[in-house]
Amino acid sequence: MTQAQLAQGTSPLLAVRDVSVVFGGIVALNGVSFEMHKGQILGLIGPNGAGKTTLFNCLSRLYQPSSGDILLEGASILTRPPHRIAEIGIGRTFQNVALFPNLSVMDNVRVGTHARTSSDIISDSLRLAWVRRGESGVNKKVHEILAYLDLEDVAHTTVSGLPFGTQKRVELARALAADPKILLLDEPAGGLNHEEVYILGDLIRRIRDERGMTVLLVEHHMGLVMSIADHVVALNFGKKLAEGTPAQVQADPDVIKAYLGSKDQ
Amino acid sequence: MSAVEDVVTEAPAVEAVPKRAMTLGSGTSIVVLLLLIAVPLFAKNFVIFQLTQLLYLGLAVLALNILTGGSGQFSLGQSAFYGIGAYITAVMMEQFNIPYFLCLPVAGVLCFGVGFLFGQPALRLSGVYLALATFALATAMPQLLKLNFLEKWTGGVQGLVVTKPDAPFGLPMSQDMWLYYFTLVVVLAIYIFSVNLLRSRSGRAFMAIRDNEIAASAMGVNVALYKTLAFGVSAGITGVAGGLSAIAVQFVAPDSFTITLAIQLFLGMVVGGVGWLPGSIIGAAFIIFVPNIAEGISKGLSGAVFGVLLFLVIYLVPHGARQVAILGQQFAGRLRKN
Repeated sequence: MTQAQLAQGTSPLLAVRDVSVVFGGIVALNGVSFEMHKGQILGLIGPNGAGKTTLFNCLSRLYQPSSGDILLEGASILTRPPHRIAEIGIGRTFQNVALFPNLSVMDNVRVGTHARTSSDIISDSLRLAWVRRGESGVNKKVHEILAYLDLEDVAHTTVSGLPFGTQKRVELARALAADPKILLLDEPAGGLNHEEVYILGDLIRRIRDERGMTVLLVEHHMGLVMSIADHVVALNFGKKLAEGTPAQVQADPDVIKAYLGSKDQ
Repeated sequence: MSAVEDVVTEAPAVEAVPKRAMTLGSGTSIVVLLLLIAVPLFAKNFVIFQLTQLLYLGLAVLALNILTGGSGQFSLGQSAFYGIGAYITAVMMEQFNIPYFLCLPVAGVLCFGVGFLFGQPALRLSGVYLALATFALATAMPQLLKLNFLEKWTGGVQGLVVTKPDAPFGLPMSQDMWLYYFTLVVVLAIYIFSVNLLRSRSGRAFMAIRDNEIAASAMGVNVALYKTLAFGVSAGITGVAGGLSAIAVQFVAPDSFTITLAIQLFLGMVVGGVGWLPGSIIGAAFIIFVPNIAEGISKGLSGAVFGVLLFLVIYLVPHGARQVAILGQQFAGRLRKN
């Protein structure tokens, strides 16, 4: 928290500026702006269809905003193709887990290092010395991350056979392997039970504190967001409804109205 | 050991043991290698020729395996790359008198180029549509090889006769035996390179694309580049296999490279086990020898018998030779435990 507060004065790590997304005639996002500072955990909340995932997909370049801009450390990311987002430090997980099901846990995490390594098919085929050195570096890093997330026991297991909660941790490990500056987590608590959600919250905070990451959390689970986020942005019908500390947003009349409805409706 | 523990220890072996998923253990590899070296010493020339055929068709199946098993793209157009490789080798050897061992790398590189370029439009297609596009390539190739303006090199419909090379340095072995060992060295080298490739960063990128394109892209994998590279690599290796076939058969003709060949290679891949490289040679053995066996059972209905045999394989071991190998491994493991 203090880290985040210190950073408030400096320029933002990520700036979303007036982003709109239109699909056909439907306005999915309408002029949304907010900023993220280094070391922050930002919670993005809103009812179903509020535009959370749309915004998320703009950040990972799956959607192109109709207008507005997204800046990472002052530089626009909107000219980059999706596969060149990982290399500038944006890592993500997916809402319904998008792992490589036929690969082992270790290979999944190894693919996570793709953006941080280089090779070509000829050197790879011949297993040249520099390729072997690169691979041993990758393996060292992967083992460190697996140990960090307590996945060593399943390192050689094929991912498709693992329980959902473990698969989510593998996805987190894969994202961490790319050394992201910002970690985008799309509903990490989805499908987890009460205890698992509690452990997850702890883990996200630890990743922020120990690995110096900034986290954008899109989440339905209000308890999780309110307990770990430093800053919350609430969306509804593609517009920003409120922004502030968890307490401020929770007390905001518009937010209460969006979630619970109001008497005068 | 309790039943629960049994399940836990055995479960991964059924799916894939990462390190061995694509290859054989070192012990098994050495036995297979020794067999491949020793058998021709005790065989007749015709059998040696068949073994050579086994090796280069196995190589072509391996190439398809890299494309389909590795990167998840289908191809019914492998016969086209095979034909191009065969023709490049034959034309260079016969019309330009270039030694055969120099023709093969040229065939490989040119076919890589053709495959890479063909991969560009194929990027927009996936699954059955990609299979159809490659089917079109396979259908077009025999006619392209018959084109009039190429006739002075290719020999047109007549095809081209290729001279079989002698053993060098006055080695005391028959042409067939020399060609077998030459083919064995080429195939082994390419097999090792392929295993290295699939275990490397590039290979992981192929498999990531096969499993989930969007996630692969989010991890920084250039999906378009790696898909076309997979096509290029597969076509290049198929081209070398085609070149080897031209030298071994001593003849190329347009109608040797029809869609039937592409379907045979596809069959070989499925029987050997999709994604399991050592299975390629078993798949090749199936497409070479099983039709003969079928003919031995019934001359008039050999096609039907072949169909029944194929059906049995698919029904009993849907994952092909790979499944048999895994079952064997588990059986051996259980014997050791008792």
